[in-house]
Amino acid sequence: MKRKILGLLLSAALVATMAAGCGNGGSSVGTDSATSAPSSTEAVTLEFTQWWEPELAEGALRGIMDEFEAENAGIKVKLISGPYASTKQQVVAGAAAGTMSDVVGLDGAWVSDFVKQGAIANLTEIMKKNNYEDSQLASQIKLNNATYMIPVVNYVYPVFINKDLMDKAGITKVPVTRTEFREAAKKLTNTKNNVYGWILPLSLEAPNGIQNDVMSWAWASGVSMLKDGKPDLTNAEVKSAIEFVKSVYDDGSVAPGSFTMAEQDKVEEFTNGRVGMMVDSLAHIKTIRKSNPNLNFVVTALPAKDGYTGKRGMPYASWGIGIAENSRHQDESWKLVSFLMSEKINSKLSTTANAFPGNVSSKPDFTGTDPLFATAFDIYKAGYPANEFVGLPVAEQLMRSFDEQFQLLLDNKQNIDDTLKKAQAEWEKNF
Amino acid sequence: MITNSSIANKSKKSTLQSAKKKLSPYVYLSPTIILMTVLMLIPIVMVILYSFKDNVIMNKNPVFAGIKHYVDIIKDGTFHQAIYNTLYFTVMSVIFHFVLGLSFAMLLNTKVLKPATKSLFRVIYVLPWVFTATIIAILWRLMLNPNGIINYMLTTANIVSNKIEWLSSTQFALHALTYINIWSGYPFFMISLLAGLQGIPAELYEAATIDGANTVQSFRYVTVAKLKPIIVSMAMLDFIWTVQQFPLVWMTTGGGPIHATEMLSTYTYKLAFSSYNFSQASASAVIVLILSMCMALFYVKNQKAGD
Repeated sequence: MKRKILGLLLSAALVATMAAGCGNGGSSVGTDSATSAPSSTEAVTLEFTQWWEPELAEGALRGIMDEFEAENAGIKVKLISGPYASTKQQVVAGAAAGTMSDVVGLDGAWVSDFVKQGAIANLTEIMKKNNYEDSQLASQIKLNNATYMIPVVNYVYPVFINKDLMDKAGITKVPVTRTEFREAAKKLTNTKNNVYGWILPLSLEAPNGIQNDVMSWAWASGVSMLKDGKPDLTNAEVKSAIEFVKSVYDDGSVAPGSFTMAEQDKVEEFTNGRVGMMVDSLAHIKTIRKSNPNLNFVVTALPAKDGYTGKRGMPYASWGIGIAENSRHQDESWKLVSFLMSEKINSKLSTTANAFPGNVSSKPDFTGTDPLFATAFDIYKAGYPANEFVGLPVAEQLMRSFDEQFQLLLDNKQNIDDTLKKAQAEWEKNF
Repeated sequence: MITNSSIANKSKKSTLQSAKKKLSPYVYLSPTIILMTVLMLIPIVMVILYSFKDNVIMNKNPVFAGIKHYVDIIKDGTFHQAIYNTLYFTVMSVIFHFVLGLSFAMLLNTKVLKPATKSLFRVIYVLPWVFTATIIAILWRLMLNPNGIINYMLTTANIVSNKIEWLSSTQFALHALTYINIWSGYPFFMISLLAGLQGIPAELYEAATIDGANTVQSFRYVTVAKLKPIIVSMAMLDFIWTVQQFPLVWMTTGGGPIHATEMLSTYTYKLAFSSYNFSQASASAVIVLILSMCMALFYVKNQKAGD
């Protein structure tokens, strides 16, 4: 009998614990999440989900948040930080479940899908409501004429060139045109010494090589892969850029292993001096210097087609910011966004992040930093940030489907016209 | 004197008692039932329901779409490739897990080696199983890199003249990936079979020898016969697990180059988290579920037969 009672009690305890567990989960979300509504006297705690904190120096972002809290009594910021990939999953899940944090770090590639879900707020309306002067913003990610994401800081992707290999190959000046680049890649390639002119990561796991290393050749010459916001991959200029990349590949100037190579492999090969040139984020300068302090390299703008004299588009990635549509604290959230976009704070953040500011008046402080940042800033100012995947629906899938067709082209399994036609057809399904 | 009311009371009491008796097993089982319902039944039912809607999560008001997603998937050439790749990857993995597992288990069960030597090799052989999929993926990506140690050894030994792009070539990627999976999974077979081998009485081998059985016959009629229930169970479980293998494939090749290593798991993942087509991904997941259920049924049947 005693055993029976004990068994029943244990069962009841287990069920109760489970119910309590579920209940606690729900209430904690309710307390801190976007859906909770505090009374007017209650301090507001904003949730801010982003991947920035782990990528900055320890305490840097928290320090900025402390400044914000000091300036805005009654508003607290709770940082929810994680690596990029897990932040993405968290934000996607939050958007689906309606539990997105009040303020979210965004990548331009996610925006269109979140807008479609109605998960992120129309910032144009919020800016209007708060009389915010948006001319101070360097760029805004718009859909249907409304802003949904503001790039807080930008990371540009210039061409990195190994100066020692360049000198050894007898190349006297950095390539400015596609022809010069192709010739330089050929000269730098020395298969006996296991050195290649260029490196092209086309991994299907993270297909951003299509954005940074392939399409960037079109943008650098002022070419667009879109027409009226729709795919236009079959135009002659895009074809010319793709033909160029294929020609460098066919020359044997590209490091082997492209089809499953990821961005980190590219950086590693360059750092180890096995590759002469790569298109890469400035964010990696510190990593390269740390891993190989003796590597002598320079940065330059992406070469354009021969004879092109216009401004050059430079691929970039942003730390963007947005506000949850279902946030009950949109006004407070906007205060945080405008604080991060203010001249002083944006300068500070871009300096800490080794990135370029999202506020037109902000200036990163290059004192004590790598001189290549200042060089890159000059290149950035001379051209314009270009990334046409930003704001497109299912941007990552667009890159992936293009990547699949492009790999077939490089593998000589189809010609360039079929490649572009098939990629165009795949893309059109998503528009 | 027995009154009507006392009879009624007694019968009421006995009904209550029998109800209690009938209910009590369910009360004991309730934590498991609740857990299974919340963690398994509800998600499975939800995924099945999602697969019949036009699109969920991305679409706030999804509508019934019938079997459209199933038809689309079955017509998709990439899905056919994913099925072929998954079957090749799974069947080869299970076969080689068994062959290597049994070989190493017999080696570790031999009386020829000293116990200390056997213990050392036990640790060495079990190592691949200790690593997580992430570590295995990084390790093999480095080793199979065109500049990696495998190519270095092959070129130095003049076995190949040019570096092979193991994971980046459509010709080699699936085989290389299958090899990695075989390497990482055989210890599970090995340990289970070793436990089985240690349970075979020595008398059976003696009897076989007296009956005139040679080594091959002893192996066939004693070792394999006694290990058969373990082998069948392990093979079925391994089949189910390998069909679902995702992290290793994703982190080594991402399903590429082109679709050379596309598996049902990567195909489903891409539909969900790249195309945000959660309903179609659910349909694909249901197909994987049906495949796994078929094997699970065989497994349960086999277990019952064993009992």
